[in-house]
Amino acid sequence: MPRTRKWLPMTLIAAGAFLAQGASAQTASPEVIASKGDGAIVACATCHGSDGAGTGTFPRLAGLNAEYMRRQLEDFTNGRRENAVMQPIAEALGEEGWVAMSNYFADMPVAAASGPVPGEDGSVGARIALRGAWNRQVPACVQCHGPGGIGVGEDFPAIAGQPAGYIVAQLKAWREGTRSNDPLELMRHLAAELSDEEVEQVADWFARQSPVPAGGTQ
Amino acid sequence: MNRTVLRLACIAASLALVACEDIRPPRSAYKHDRVEVEREPPTAGATGGVPQDGQPAAKTAGFVPPDHDDIPEGPFGDMVRRGRDIFVDTGTHAPEFVGNGLSCGNCHIDAGLLPDSAPLWGAWGRYPAYRSKNQHVNNFQERLQGCFRYSMDGTPPEQGDEVLVALETYAFWMAQGVPVGAVMEGAGYAKDFEPPEPPDYARGEQVYAENCALCHGGNGEGQQVAGKYVFPPLWGGDSFNWGAGMHQLDNAAGFIRANMPLGRGNTLSDQQAWDVAMYMNAHERPQDPRYTGDLAETRAKFHDSPHSLYGLEVDGRLLGQGVQ
Repeated sequence: MPRTRKWLPMTLIAAGAFLAQGASAQTASPEVIASKGDGAIVACATCHGSDGAGTGTFPRLAGLNAEYMRRQLEDFTNGRRENAVMQPIAEALGEEGWVAMSNYFADMPVAAASGPVPGEDGSVGARIALRGAWNRQVPACVQCHGPGGIGVGEDFPAIAGQPAGYIVAQLKAWREGTRSNDPLELMRHLAAELSDEEVEQVADWFARQSPVPAGGTQ
Repeated sequence: MNRTVLRLACIAASLALVACEDIRPPRSAYKHDRVEVEREPPTAGATGGVPQDGQPAAKTAGFVPPDHDDIPEGPFGDMVRRGRDIFVDTGTHAPEFVGNGLSCGNCHIDAGLLPDSAPLWGAWGRYPAYRSKNQHVNNFQERLQGCFRYSMDGTPPEQGDEVLVALETYAFWMAQGVPVGAVMEGAGYAKDFEPPEPPDYARGEQVYAENCALCHGGNGEGQQVAGKYVFPPLWGGDSFNWGAGMHQLDNAAGFIRANMPLGRGNTLSDQQAWDVAMYMNAHERPQDPRYTGDLAETRAKFHDSPHSLYGLEVDGRLLGQGVQ
């Protein structure tokens, strides 16, 4: 995989720096780290919830693609995703921790939406989500993130059932350049084209989508 | 093809466009600021708007298609909506006629509304038309049948079938205001450009890996979720067959340059668009349904064009053998 090749040097540098500090890799199990934390690592549940569902600007982790999450943890340490809270945690977790925690949360069951799921309801959010704004070269979100935003592979994460505050924060981070780990600059381009109102409404639309696809995955 | 005539016609068309730039709305206004269609003054070498298969005509600028929100209520609007639904998710709404993993909307972006993505509003007014592909005058429904037979690798609906009526109604609805017979700016694919160097497979492979594999997969297989394609397969058994227009390099290069990567259109160079078009179309796909049983004969009969790799050997592979 080209991506693996591309990231290998980064990974080696990160791993090297980690070993040079003389620190041992985290020893606590993913369950313990998630619920109780480990030294400098705050318990994930503190912000992401014990069910991994996220809240406010903290994302849902339960059921997300493992490789996608691993890459985010890596990118918190190399500046491609700036985040003052996650950067020290990702550095303390180290390469093995990224993999362990990503696999742990990817396997965590995720609940279906509790309220009614909006469809093509005539709202600005539904319009951006389902049709995009092609006069500004903005594709429909579902064209890459899958039907209802349930996610496609390791590059197009699930946005269904993500807290609205988190989606808004990410679209603004793409726009402001504090997040720049999008392949082909796909997100930076479209975030710059969306108005604040569109950002908020599309975030709200996806927050109310069910993270569990109708008819199950395959 | 007579290149000199083509060049002259292109120059004439671009002069005409320059001349009426002041009446042309900015491309970015499409879908929002409705404007009246302006006819261009007659241009030397133009066909008077009557479609002539294989011959470029002067283009009419400035069409802004309607918005989905403008679809009226009532039985007519219901048929427009049915056509739109078939168009964007063909496998779900007309499965009996689809033989692969594609939808109309894969090659006609924004549900057939987007300029330079072969919008339906650019096609509606140009039929009936003589087509060299089947050497007779085709009405619009027969043209749609061709899409099902080749691009969708399926069995076309009979003329008059509700699926064709729905698609026709959808096209008619979005083409309101387009002059009958006019060749609109943004119609078809913008394929009137040539690469600086002849297209190259190895360069195309690199363009593909860097810009396309992310969504369409390392082997052109596309990506599915919940059993349905989100990113369409570009070759192989679930893609368009060897008879589809997209297998021609000029169509593919025009589509790719204007529309790919999705949302990042016009970021690839002319050379990159041609190279990756060649790379995509130098892979195996379902057999041309007109296959006579002999590859060389089928090429001579239906693919005698520098834009088709059918029946040729590329990268050590003889193309056109078909794949299930």
